[in-house]
Amino acid sequence: MRDRPIIITALVVFLALVTLPFWYNLARGQTARAPELKLPGAQLQCVAPVEYMRSSHMELLNDWRDQAVRRNLRRVTAFNGKVYRISLTNTCLALCHTSKAEFCDRCHNYSGAGTPYCWDCHNEPRVAQAALLPAHGRSQP
Amino acid sequence: MSTNRRGFLGVAGGCALALAGKAAVEALSGGRPSATSTSRWAMVIDLAKCLKEQGCRKCVEACHRAHNVPTLPDPRHEVKWIWKESFEGAFPSEGGEHVREELRGSPVLVFCNHCDQPPCVRVCPTQATWKRAEDGVVMMDWHRCIGCRYCIAACPYGSRSFNWVDPRPYVSPLNAEYPTRTKGVVEKCTFCEERLERSQPPACVEACPAKALVFGDLRDPNSEVRRLLRTRYTIRRKPELGTLPQIYYIVA
Repeated sequence: MRDRPIIITALVVFLALVTLPFWYNLARGQTARAPELKLPGAQLQCVAPVEYMRSSHMELLNDWRDQAVRRNLRRVTAFNGKVYRISLTNTCLALCHTSKAEFCDRCHNYSGAGTPYCWDCHNEPRVAQAALLPAHGRSQP
Repeated sequence: MSTNRRGFLGVAGGCALALAGKAAVEALSGGRPSATSTSRWAMVIDLAKCLKEQGCRKCVEACHRAHNVPTLPDPRHEVKWIWKESFEGAFPSEGGEHVREELRGSPVLVFCNHCDQPPCVRVCPTQATWKRAEDGVVMMDWHRCIGCRYCIAACPYGSRSFNWVDPRPYVSPLNAEYPTRTKGVVEKCTFCEERLERSQPPACVEACPAKALVFGDLRDPNSEVRRLLRTRYTIRRKPELGTLPQIYYIVA
């Protein structure tokens, strides 16, 4: 039991080192926050309830893709009875989420989901591109 | 529960009878139920009208602009949906060396023939290209294309292009409403299926100032394409291959 002080000191140092990131962030006054998404102003209701979109938007987009491309069904009746045109760019983005950077990317970056390959081919709509230009200009140092 | 020989044979016989009956019913009802066929899109090209203005590229430009077809500097990487081919190139079995003067070497408008028996569809291992049952359009699903290029080898008309490089930097101006393609997929004319869905004619048809391209439904006996096919003599590209192309050319 002669080593007790050494062991306890080492344990304290070890715990301090392991939890250092938490203390560092607390000291900086910055805690982990959920990403702030730019939500659409005009359309308040999405094509599906928010909880479903949060967890399963990728499945919904895959279903839409198969319906539109493989089965030539370009209209979908949403859960609330509203009929939407099936299109990532021309419905989701053009009507509501006009900024991919401030909606899709913020969450994907935060969660480390990365950029899905949708954007290898699909475009941001023209309105979004126009609206983005000044924002990009501002962010430049 | 114990099974004796008599019971087992009875059940087996019943199963065999049911299977045979199902096959018989399918054979008698004409195979699997086909999708409701509402139309069969086709095009008739009046070469005399098209050749009046041989430098005209309005249809090509309209198509390539609408579908974000890139203009690549290296001709080996060329991507094209609709283009002009010499008469001899488009119709190798027609005419020969004594072909009519105005046709020799003339630029003939060519694109995907939307064949009734498309060889590209037969070879595609992923069904990324398929023939739509309801209207005969030979479709492309760029999500599913794995870039194996069997379809390019199979198509006797050269209608398909492969994206050897990322086409995005070479698309100008970009039509934001239509996707681009990505490196490693095959693309071709889709008969403007995105416009057909909105009851609009294909972009090339709309752009032609000479009205040389006539688009319509072969299943409608009163359609303009049917009237032209009834009254004018038309030819198709390489008909001897049995692909049954659905682009018809009025030569004279």
